[in-house]
Amino acid sequence: MLLHDLKSVWMRHRPLWMGFGLTGVWLATTAMHIPDGFLSLVVALIFWALAILAIGYALSRVRGELKERQVPMMGILAAVIFAGQMLNFSVAGGTSGHLLGAALAAILIGPWPAVLIMTCVVSVQALIFQDGGLLALGANLFNMAVVGVFVAWGIYRLIRKITPDTRWSKLLAGFLAAWASIEIASLVAAIQLALSGTSPANVAIPAMAGIHAIIGLGEGLITIGALAFLMAVRPGLLDDKSAPGESRLVWIGGLAAAILLAVLSPLASAHPDGLEWVAEQTGFLDAAQGPAYEIIPDYVLPGISNEAAATILAGVVGVGIVLAAAWLVTRIRKSSAAG
Amino acid sequence: MHAHPFDPYVPTASPVHALDPRIKLALVLSFLLGVALTPHGAWAALILFFASLMAAVVLSGISPWRILRRSLIGLPFALAAFPLLFTTAGAEWFSFHAGSWTITATGEGLRRFLSIALKSWISVQAALLLSAATPFPDLLLALRAFRVPQLLVSVIGLMWRYLFVLADEAIRLMRARDARSGIEPGRRPGGGVIWRARVAGGMAGSLFVRGFDRADRVYAAMLARGYDGETRALPAPPVAPVQYAVLAAGCVWLALLILIGILVH
Amino acid sequence: MHHTIDVEHLSFRYPNRPAVLDDISFHIEAGERIALVGPNGAGKSTLMLHLNGILRAESGVIRLCGMELGDATLRAVRRAVGLVFQNPDDQLFSPTVFDDVAFGPIYQGCSPEEIRNRVRNALAAVHMETYIHRVSHHLSVGEKKRIAIATVLSMNPEILVLDEPTAGLDPQARRNFIRLLAELNQTMLVATHDLAFVKETCARTIILDSGRLAADGPTGKILADGNLLARHGLLSD
Repeated sequence: MLLHDLKSVWMRHRPLWMGFGLTGVWLATTAMHIPDGFLSLVVALIFWALAILAIGYALSRVRGELKERQVPMMGILAAVIFAGQMLNFSVAGGTSGHLLGAALAAILIGPWPAVLIMTCVVSVQALIFQDGGLLALGANLFNMAVVGVFVAWGIYRLIRKITPDTRWSKLLAGFLAAWASIEIASLVAAIQLALSGTSPANVAIPAMAGIHAIIGLGEGLITIGALAFLMAVRPGLLDDKSAPGESRLVWIGGLAAAILLAVLSPLASAHPDGLEWVAEQTGFLDAAQGPAYEIIPDYVLPGISNEAAATILAGVVGVGIVLAAAWLVTRIRKSSAAG
Repeated sequence: MHAHPFDPYVPTASPVHALDPRIKLALVLSFLLGVALTPHGAWAALILFFASLMAAVVLSGISPWRILRRSLIGLPFALAAFPLLFTTAGAEWFSFHAGSWTITATGEGLRRFLSIALKSWISVQAALLLSAATPFPDLLLALRAFRVPQLLVSVIGLMWRYLFVLADEAIRLMRARDARSGIEPGRRPGGGVIWRARVAGGMAGSLFVRGFDRADRVYAAMLARGYDGETRALPAPPVAPVQYAVLAAGCVWLALLILIGILVH
Repeated sequence: MHHTIDVEHLSFRYPNRPAVLDDISFHIEAGERIALVGPNGAGKSTLMLHLNGILRAESGVIRLCGMELGDATLRAVRRAVGLVFQNPDDQLFSPTVFDDVAFGPIYQGCSPEEIRNRVRNALAAVHMETYIHRVSHHLSVGEKKRIAIATVLSMNPEILVLDEPTAGLDPQARRNFIRLLAELNQTMLVATHDLAFVKETCARTIILDSGRLAADGPTGKILADGNLLARHGLLSD
């Protein structure tokens, strides 16, 4: 049934798919950092809340679990991941693969510190390098620092459990964890876009999933390379990182989230009406703006009853303000430089 | 050979630079919120937002071209909203045939797409101005004032400090790779994609090893100066009243723009 | 007993490895400047990490300023001994110069006013007052080395323990840096390969080789003994 759904999506939207092949190439360059403007305020705030909850819990876990070395260790590993993201390799047609690092962080120091490390990396990317927006930061944190880390951790633990403890088991687990962390995080990003009414679900989900299935391969291969290197140089780094007791809950939770999203996303994509209905309800403030129109029923600017005229006037006023401000400031700077 | 070029801070003396970083961050967040609250198609308000921002850019003494040029980085993402052109219900703008399919673009779709692209573009410029006019340590101060836990602020501070050191190392590693892989102009480096990815992975691995070693040394250096596992910082200096006045004025102005956006629409 | 270092029968090994330090004993008087020389891997850095309680002795006793190093005296010892690491990028871990120099006083629990005073004084002592708000990664190696000294001077230490202070400096910066060290009046133990610097700055020299104390005496006498230096890999030709 799932296969049938996927096939019908493909058949129904074939022309769109082709048209958006180009979109894919472009999106590959921006990966999955959602800029401001693409999420509705409601969606942005909901995911801010979810991200803060998860990060807050991770903070309390890390404070309890790790010793005082945690701060320098996390700070420098965050810098490593940041710098590691600069290590690109050419794939084809001018595109290049590079690292996100959520999986490597989770495998090397465990899920909770990895959440904090990715939080710092993703936040600084938004704050300093405009890689992803500031209002959208909550959603980006949720996708990359929370979902990415826990999906990677879940898959890694699962593969390690069901395969014998060999070198190949670690490499395979690392590859699949890295691939899945990218893929699932991108699915969540696509759902956020669809919920915001920015990108139709039946386009966003297959497009993001398709592109990131390929980007994820790059992530997986780099992760294998890094793990192979570390196994040769510092085998101790790959020892079990889970705390006894509750670790099972964590990785099974990550795994369950991954499976749920992997199954639900194609369904949502085949039946986009549900997401679009939510988008209509929450996404556009158009809905909330109804009352504002009723308070001021007939005119839009005091004294001007023609909407088009008011729009034009506002535009003229805006341009005037730009020019006036630029002129004024230039004058002030000149005179202060002279004086 | 230093990776400094990616420190986005532009050191000039201007009223924007002189503004308290906490106030600056609050203003930028309010600005982004204001843009987000502006309905699609409220062109007048969006132009006013853009105008206000450009006024601030000019005031900061940072070249507007620098901001405009860098703001293009977010442009590719606009394609994510491109399908709206065809999927939004509304009056037909144009249509074309692809095989047995008819694709119809609507005016409503165009309005949504352009609004999203424009809002995103204006927002990224505000963020660019913030990082260009605020030194990173001041941003850390602002984060603390916004109640980001001290542990995270300390980790971000360390990350920023060692980002430059490690970026230098990453550049050296890539240079060493390129020096040894004998690339001829116009030809791609040897080996398949998998081999190249694994080489990059090995470099990432060696960055991790260096990182773990450095973390040990830095930890020792912190211990030597009395570090006890708690993250502490000096109390932040108070915000001057005049700075609050700037914030209030800015918020009133932004509220006005939002109102215009909702009314002239 | 202030400003003194006493080491008696100190031994140390990492788990399942041969001894890094093997029965080391020496005594340093207040105000002395002592060079610690020896080939790579002789145990110099390990010894220095002991003097600040970062590594703990397997056997033997360390007394700093008269305090026997142990859990109870750890904080006081770290306050009294300023340990400066070889690589200034490890020593300077904060975003700005101010934050780095203020780090020690903050953990000593000083008042904000006191912290600002100490930062100003420490930077003045290394002639870097104007660098207070600079960002660490924009500094040259020579500047970083000076700030690194200031990060421990702000803790008002009685003893300075320096690891390879002149390594990586160009001749001009090295000259200025040696002049700066001569201005400081703390008891000083300096691990170094720079014998010209030793000759100029330190009256007494200790040679460490393979974890054992190989020689301890006046610098002039030790540096004149070509056989001794050659035996411990300290001659370049």
